[in-house]
Amino acid sequence: MLAKRIIPCLDVEGGRVVKGIHFVNLRDAGDPVELAAYYDREGADELVFLDITASHEKRDTKVKLAGLAGDEVFIPYTIGGGISTLDDIRGILRAGADKVSVNTAAVNDPSLVRRAAERFGSQCVVVAVDARGRGDGTWEIYTHGGRTPTGIDAIEWVRRVEELGAGEIMLTSMDRDGTKLGYDIPMTRAVCEAISIPVIASGGAGNLEHLAEAIEQTGCDAVLAASIFHYEEHTISEAKEFLASRGIEVRIH
Amino acid sequence: MAKVGVIDYGMGNLRSVEKGLEKVGVRAEICSDPGRFDSYDGLVLPGVGAFGDAMENLRQRGIDKAVMDYVGTGRQLLGICLGMQILLEYSEEHGRSEGLGIVPGGCLRLPGVVKVPHMGWNVLEPVGDVPLFEGLNPGDRFYFVHSFYCAPTDDSWVIGTTDYGLQFACAVGRDNVWGLQFHPEKSSLRGLEILSNFGKMVEAAA
Repeated sequence: MLAKRIIPCLDVEGGRVVKGIHFVNLRDAGDPVELAAYYDREGADELVFLDITASHEKRDTKVKLAGLAGDEVFIPYTIGGGISTLDDIRGILRAGADKVSVNTAAVNDPSLVRRAAERFGSQCVVVAVDARGRGDGTWEIYTHGGRTPTGIDAIEWVRRVEELGAGEIMLTSMDRDGTKLGYDIPMTRAVCEAISIPVIASGGAGNLEHLAEAIEQTGCDAVLAASIFHYEEHTISEAKEFLASRGIEVRIH
Repeated sequence: MAKVGVIDYGMGNLRSVEKGLEKVGVRAEICSDPGRFDSYDGLVLPGVGAFGDAMENLRQRGIDKAVMDYVGTGRQLLGICLGMQILLEYSEEHGRSEGLGIVPGGCLRLPGVVKVPHMGWNVLEPVGDVPLFEGLNPGDRFYFVHSFYCAPTDDSWVIGTTDYGLQFACAVGRDNVWGLQFHPEKSSLRGLEILSNFGKMVEAAA
């Protein structure tokens, strides 16, 4: 049986981790590679680096990060944030990343998903979906870090990118992101039921119960979290032990 | 000190294999020239992508024959993921493609009863006493990403199995040829332990 995955997400700007992470036992908690290696040692199953650098140097910063992480990180890692061309993707994968995530660029030109999947394989194409409830039991996707509404229905969108060859969906609830109120269970469940590729639940994790709840109630394959790990509220091992105690299959190392 | 060549044939993530070997103190070098294979004490055949493309690339570069010659000298070869599948006689991926045929049997598509690709951490169940798996514990998990699985027709090749839709051979090996369906270089400490064991086997034979 496959284990459910726990994936810490690191927001990176100009090569530094943002969101004020404070780890007492790291020399430089702002160094994404050092933090990533720490999570690897702690038992994280995968990592996501989201580059939020707002400049034209974005592509180079991501390729560089992909390369540096490869020296120290021995679990799969995904790099995302402003990736828009096959050349971007090629550079990042060649530098050592296992997957890339695309969001706004895929909405602007869905054929990017197909071309990337055909060229590099579906397994390395993650489509990041930021969605918000419309208040009527449906959800709309947003681009540009959740700022721009698109009018596109989330369920239709995930079905479409699955057909185009996406290997995985990273589903973030804009309603829950940063609230620590727990994942958006109905939305995550609806997405998991609509498609057969793996779904990573994201947005809203505030405690370990939230992780278990998402896994038990939605059919998601992985849970992504940032602050509950970054602020040392919980270690990855604690999270794994908690999930295991609920009868959920996890990798204990 | 022994040196391992990581074969570059235009398929997949070589750098992570090289870094993984270096992390456990094994000298490693990426190599695309089959003329240089002889200078290595062991070879790793990595690979991500389609079986047919991979074989085509190997043939074009003369690497298929060079690998067979290398194995004939008795030195260690480790195939990872697609690099394991290529050790078999054929694959049913996109029709039928011929492999190196070192291991009898073929590569078949995972059954549709499970999500394909098989992506994530699954349990390796070692078969017998395998030096490559020394130091591992029961229940240890490794990182898999694949849609086809190896079905050796000779069970004596199977050194490890995993369960995903069916029980399949996720590791094969005999004498000096080894294959792993999962990625040891992406499987954290336990995976690095396997690379370290491979390094020791190479060192012992060098």
